[in-house]
Amino acid sequence: MKTKFKKLALALAALGLTACVTPSVADKASITLPQETAHFKPGPGSDVATTYCTICHTADYIYMQPPQNRAGWTATVTKMRHVFGAPAGDAAAKQIVDYLMTQNGKQ
Amino acid sequence: MKEQGGRPDAGRRRLLRAGAALGGAAFAARAALAAAEQMVQLPIVNGARRFAAYPQKRPLIVMTERPVELETPMAVFNEGVFTPNDAFFVRWHLSNVPTSIDGAAHRIKVHGLVNTPLSLSVADLRANYEQVEIAAVCQCSGNSRGLFDPRVVGGEWTNGAMGNAMWKGVRLRDVLNKAGIQKGALQVRFNGLEQPAMTTTPDFVKALDMDQALREEVIVAYSMNGQPLPILNGFPVRLVVPGWYATYWTKMLEDIEVIGSVENNFWMNPAYRIPDNACACVEPGKSVKTVPINRMNVRSFITSLQEGAKLRARQETEVKGIAFDGGYGIRRVLFSADGGTSWNEARLGKDHGNYSFREWRAGFRAPRAGSYALQVMAVNGNGESQQIGASRWNPAGYMRNVVETVHVQAV
Repeated sequence: MKTKFKKLALALAALGLTACVTPSVADKASITLPQETAHFKPGPGSDVATTYCTICHTADYIYMQPPQNRAGWTATVTKMRHVFGAPAGDAAAKQIVDYLMTQNGKQ
Repeated sequence: MKEQGGRPDAGRRRLLRAGAALGGAAFAARAALAAAEQMVQLPIVNGARRFAAYPQKRPLIVMTERPVELETPMAVFNEGVFTPNDAFFVRWHLSNVPTSIDGAAHRIKVHGLVNTPLSLSVADLRANYEQVEIAAVCQCSGNSRGLFDPRVVGGEWTNGAMGNAMWKGVRLRDVLNKAGIQKGALQVRFNGLEQPAMTTTPDFVKALDMDQALREEVIVAYSMNGQPLPILNGFPVRLVVPGWYATYWTKMLEDIEVIGSVENNFWMNPAYRIPDNACACVEPGKSVKTVPINRMNVRSFITSLQEGAKLRARQETEVKGIAFDGGYGIRRVLFSADGGTSWNEARLGKDHGNYSFREWRAGFRAPRAGSYALQVMAVNGNGESQQIGASRWNPAGYMRNVVETVHVQAV
């Protein structure tokens, strides 16, 4: 029985009749993304970073970067506020920069 | 290319061997978990990554989780000239990517400077337009950004933010012509279903000039390698702009608008721009006039040997890889086993069209034991080739096409 089915499948494949096993392009598609694991490491300011940064992205966006100096991280946080609309005020922004310097900073 | 070193299967096999005596489903579950947590160290600072199997995907290199970005290990490109859908890289820009889509209910709105606005289902595309197929490389603008020196901020990819697929769909120009393009049309802009987390964040909208939008190879694709697109690659339809960087290949395409102005949102300006000169390069710290990134340059890779691989001295080894460009087609591939001092012609594989990966093969016989610097360099139909020596630089980390080197040991 198994062999017969295999032969049939091969014959169909040879004829290019694989459409019967190809899902229709109009089908519904649904996935469940894995639980997020990339979090900010504990430390002074990690709560502020989590509050504002993770609205739009996970913490791996910071940890994958080449280490930045204070000017570099300040430029990034400024871009997040003024271009992407992160709702962090001046005080929160400074706390975030300080924290990022402890996480992935350089002199 | 050290990222090849961390194939998840190897770890799983080791584990399975070690634990064969244990048997049972519990062990299998533990082994699967261990494989899912396999790590890889990319050859860059802060390059530790883990492998994970996302839905509809085999274990890939996780660069970021949200928006999700997954890199394809170089070894995948050695499996064949077409990149399997489950290994195809993933890159999103915004936090909210739909995870459940009714492909039958999906509509693409065509509007703006057109005589007859349209609302198209995938069934409409399949029934009312000529169906076309094209093999084309989809490469992220920032592919290889992590290898820039000095480093630049952004998505820190090595070389795996690219893939080659057979795309099937309908010509964008057929759709635009059915709608009827009005006078004064300058660009076509595209939007997909991904949404920002906040209304203050610029939506990811991209635009093409009319002449590019109307080229015959540009298609609205509903099929990728003979299958529906994986959700993470843009189900149910995405724009395919062969020869151009992936930033224009709008995923989950839902809006096509003909406009009488030049789109100037954040994602067109200042993002995704390159220096307006022949090398798309600039010295660090200097400013330069920019243009939107557009056609891809020439690249080639060795896929059969990884950095640090060992092979037998005085024995013939067949070295294999891929080459591609922005649409002139690969005409020659040259192979060097001495760090670029001498070059030999590689044999080209089957031609799948000017926009596809082109496979190449070259024989290599190490005359004696020792270290060898293997390089490959492609030339396209327009006489363009790759850059030799230190890689050129630009502040966004785009368009790397230096001749890459794989060091191997003959023993």
